[in-house]
Amino acid sequence: MSLLNVDNVSIFFGGLAAVSNVSFDVEKGEILAIIGPNGAGKTTLFNIVNGFYAPSKGKVSFNGEVISGLKPHQICRRGLARTFQVVKPLQRMSVLDNVIASSFLRCDTKAKAEAVSREVLEFTGLTEDADIISKGLPLGKRKRLEIARALATGPELILLDESFAGLNPAELDVSIEIIRGIKARGITIMIIEHHMKVIMAISDRIVVLNHGQKIAAGLPTEVASNPTVVEAYLGAEH
Amino acid sequence: MKRYFPIIVLAVLCVLPLVGLNTYLMHIVILSVMWAVCGMAWNLLGGYCGQVSFGHAAFFGTGAYCSGILAMKFKLSAWYGFLLSVPLNVAVALSMGLIVLRLRGPYFVLATLAIGEVFRIFAENVVDLTNGNLGIMIERTWVEKTQFYYIVLGLGLLAYAVVKFITESRWGYYFVAIREDQDAAESLGINTTLYKTIALTVSAVLTGFAGSFYMVYMGYIDPQIVFSLGEISILMIMVVMVGGVATFWGPTVGAVIMVILAELIRSIPRVGVAYQTLFGILLIVIIIYLPNGLVGDFAKIRRMFQRGAA
Repeated sequence: MSLLNVDNVSIFFGGLAAVSNVSFDVEKGEILAIIGPNGAGKTTLFNIVNGFYAPSKGKVSFNGEVISGLKPHQICRRGLARTFQVVKPLQRMSVLDNVIASSFLRCDTKAKAEAVSREVLEFTGLTEDADIISKGLPLGKRKRLEIARALATGPELILLDESFAGLNPAELDVSIEIIRGIKARGITIMIIEHHMKVIMAISDRIVVLNHGQKIAAGLPTEVASNPTVVEAYLGAEH
Repeated sequence: MKRYFPIIVLAVLCVLPLVGLNTYLMHIVILSVMWAVCGMAWNLLGGYCGQVSFGHAAFFGTGAYCSGILAMKFKLSAWYGFLLSVPLNVAVALSMGLIVLRLRGPYFVLATLAIGEVFRIFAENVVDLTNGNLGIMIERTWVEKTQFYYIVLGLGLLAYAVVKFITESRWGYYFVAIREDQDAAESLGINTTLYKTIALTVSAVLTGFAGSFYMVYMGYIDPQIVFSLGEISILMIMVVMVGGVATFWGPTVGAVIMVILAELIRSIPRVGVAYQTLFGILLIVIIIYLPNGLVGDFAKIRRMFQRGAA
């Protein structure tokens, strides 16, 4: 049984099908990348999986249990965490408090929550910034804080929405290492990314969306040479 | 030193009546503490949880009328109003929450404002129960101020302890997370609706206690006073804004300043009647220069004075 199953999911905003009839599985332990041009419906798909939107048609199952229709906090409790493309740090809280707020999900006491949080900060390389008010963090670290907060909820599956966008090459390498570290911990990853270098380096499988539809899926090498994918990104050859 | 600060404040407050302040000064102190309770209650919802309510008079008035109606209609001691106000304000908060907590930002503000007004109009018109605009007059338990002072001090301690306990626990983290970003909080596994309801309910019950106290202390209430938008709901916000939003001591500092200021301004001939206008101006100045209030921007104020002295 796959960890996450997206079954024939569609969502309509007015007359627009932002995602239509998309199906795929995420297997335990893998890194699945979702790619596609701007407006392809990637983040919308995340919002459906994460529970912000209920799909108009189809269903999403996690660990064999249907989760579409549940609220985001209920889905998170079942072990599915996410980050946001436009980072949403709890601005007037310190970095540590940000993470504590999410680690409380699985800890009864503040001492335990703090211990888990410090460990996660260490893992994401934010220990030195623990006491900084998160408003003042540079973008690269804010992106990492997003990951740290999601990790602190103790997920089985983590959805990363463009955690690499806007990072400089040095920060990219740090983040790639973090993603690999997450995988090494046995956490399954579903990632939206535009950075092809990153995608090719870390993902086990790729799903390609365009205009809300799945146009290709497979191993990174297969997808990169798929003519439909090339066409979606670069336009048809003349 | 800082650790002992609350204990020192408490000790000073406990011996205060022994100093032999005159009745008028005691009255000011009692009102200050009562407003501090209101401020702390409002701060829990508005400051920590970020849900700015313009309708807290609904809870204050409900508390006051619990005491008033028990005394007038059922010939019981008005003090039972404190007990009755708990279930009633919980019910009010829960039903109010059903409506307003699904709204965000300005819509939440407007909805709470409207509900506060609904309560005032209700109390004005259900004459059989509330005596309408005639109000309710009861006999006060004590003529002396000292007993009232210790009662309100107890309420202040209760409010302080509740706020301190909550804000330092898991709930506190959740409240602030909701204030900073509701969507992020929700996706981090925080049941935002539940925790907003908790903040609203606790805030409502504490505000209700202040209302019940107002009845037993002042001996007279009417809908225009205890359900007032300007004199209760907005003054509660002023107290917190002046003192410092989401700070422990902000509401207390704000309460003392606002009560004294109100008394001072009202005693100025001619200008006195326009004290609400002056409050409005004060609020604008505070928002521009000290957006975090006197306590929140204390470092800034100290710098300002040091620069002035040098």
